[in-house]
Amino acid sequence: MAALSLIVRLFRGAAKIQRKRMILTVTAIAWGTVAIILLLSFGEGLKRSLAAGRRGLGENIVIIWMGETEKAYAGLPAGRPIRLVPEDVDLVLAGVPEIASAAGEMHNWNVQLVNGRTALNKRVVGVHPAYEELRTTYPRAGGRYIDELDQKLKRRVVFLGDELAKALFGAGDPVGQTLLVADTPFTVIGVLQKKKQMGMYGGPDADRATIPLSTFEAMFGRRTLSNLVYQPTRNALAPVAKRHLMEVLGAKYRFDPADTRALQFWDTIRDAKMMNAIMIGLEAFLGGIGALTLIIGGVGVANIMFATVTHRTREIGVQMALGARRLYITGSIVLESLALTFAGGVAGIGVGVAIVQVLAAVQAHAKSEAMEILGTPTISLPIAVATVTLLGLIGMLAGYFPARRAVSIQPAEALRFE
Amino acid sequence: MFGNGTNGKNGKDKPNGAADGAIIALAGVRKVYDTGAVKVEALRKVDLAIKRNEFVAIVGPSGSGKSTLMNIIGCLDTATEGSYCLRGEEVAGMSIDRLADIRNRRIGFVFQNFNLLPQLTAYENVEMPLLFKGAPARERRERVETLLGEVGLADRMQHRPVELSGGQMQRVAIARALACEPDIILADEPTGNLDSAAGGDIIGKFEELWAKGHTLVLITHDAAIARRTRRVVRVQDGAVVSDEAVA
Repeated sequence: MAALSLIVRLFRGAAKIQRKRMILTVTAIAWGTVAIILLLSFGEGLKRSLAAGRRGLGENIVIIWMGETEKAYAGLPAGRPIRLVPEDVDLVLAGVPEIASAAGEMHNWNVQLVNGRTALNKRVVGVHPAYEELRTTYPRAGGRYIDELDQKLKRRVVFLGDELAKALFGAGDPVGQTLLVADTPFTVIGVLQKKKQMGMYGGPDADRATIPLSTFEAMFGRRTLSNLVYQPTRNALAPVAKRHLMEVLGAKYRFDPADTRALQFWDTIRDAKMMNAIMIGLEAFLGGIGALTLIIGGVGVANIMFATVTHRTREIGVQMALGARRLYITGSIVLESLALTFAGGVAGIGVGVAIVQVLAAVQAHAKSEAMEILGTPTISLPIAVATVTLLGLIGMLAGYFPARRAVSIQPAEALRFE
Repeated sequence: MFGNGTNGKNGKDKPNGAADGAIIALAGVRKVYDTGAVKVEALRKVDLAIKRNEFVAIVGPSGSGKSTLMNIIGCLDTATEGSYCLRGEEVAGMSIDRLADIRNRRIGFVFQNFNLLPQLTAYENVEMPLLFKGAPARERRERVETLLGEVGLADRMQHRPVELSGGQMQRVAIARALACEPDIILADEPTGNLDSAAGGDIIGKFEELWAKGHTLVLITHDAAIARRTRRVVRVQDGAVVSDEAVA
């Protein structure tokens, strides 16, 4: 403690370096700090935007498409189409303990929807109620999603995507109103909460109408599912769940559980894992560029500290003659370097945060899709911690080496220095 | 530690060497500056003993090695060869920080060009060795005020060196040299940058300190100043050529 207060006193009493050079150095550090903050916060914004987009499709889900057998099995030839039916959802839920939730869906991509004088041809899908959670198609306040009773009673109720609702009903609230779906009157029960959806199949959720699967079957006379969506109990169990599901369905439809073409899978869990790996790489890359910029500023600090130490050689010699231990001298030099670095750092963080905030505000008003994917630049705690740590490290090193040189010579030599 | 204060042994065995009872004892000290291309032998086999409360002048022409000698006595530089005992303690081989502590507590320096830190006040300059010693705030304040009072600068404590005359700066330097109550005061041409009045004043100050029991070693090329000391050691070409008491 005593040593620290002494170091602080020496630092305060030290002859100060030239102002112009100091300003340039502080600016270099500030610039580096702005660079690292901007790059990392854009990375963070992109990461969050992609994560939100993935959530729009549904988290940790697997989507199945119908396929054709590739292998002959149990005396049956290859090339047989496999078509699942709604009851298979119950079969899978009962037969595969690793599956937590599942829903079937059927698509009809060209159905006329009429509200008064507005008529649109849009995609209509029939789904099980579990679809709401699986595919994160939550209703906004004042509405609801399709429930078990709707499914059981084959009710003529419809849940609208938010953009579709706007196209059909304008700004008014469609809930409770009647909509003609293929000339049949349906009651609108809910509208989708606005969401960001990156991955999709059969168009965005915002632009479709959803009805109970049972109603869909009855109206369009369909039996086979377009897709089956399920969620494993745990991400780690996804491969086991898939294997068991293939066994259960393979037994029913007589295909080889190892036949990769019988059913086709879109495993978003695996996608998410890969995406995370890519994002970590991207963040490391952006952070690395920022760090390099900052290190260049650090070289500037080291340079100015070398100059200061040379300039102050005699002063240091006097301190040594009076009995200053090495730590006191190196400490005060490192402190000076840290002060320079942090002055630049604080300025840089201020400017960086301001820029990020302005960009975020601009982005909130922008409508461009590219901007939407890029996301809102965000400064997270780890970014702040990483930046400050890096600044501290650079300040220490930029002071340490000049300081070490300063105390490496004999006091007599330092006192002789002109 | 050996022989410190035991004056019983016969010092004549080693007439100029590390005699017992000497506060400074150099024996066979060599100093070679290696500038890469040339090796300069600044000191060759110097033996010198200085007892407590001596007032010694080291004289010699410039380049004679007297400054090198003072640097070694002051632990500002280390000898290439030979032994240097300060209060009976061998200095060679001490760590850098140990040497710093020795300079802090045992030796007070007065330089030709004062070597005050320009951005600090007179008070802060005198306080500095006490800070390095780790003295508590109260002790520091009392000590600095007493010392600056003794050199007649009680009313100049908050002045910076640029606001002081040469004589005043050197008196601040003397106060600073005395801060940690050192055994030895080493002065390198202390009057070299002063007019004769201020210089005489400073030498008077040294005589006062000597009378109080301090040990003083003064480097000078001024014969008049050397005559005011009690012993003159003459150095030439890196060797002691004469060592005599002043009549």
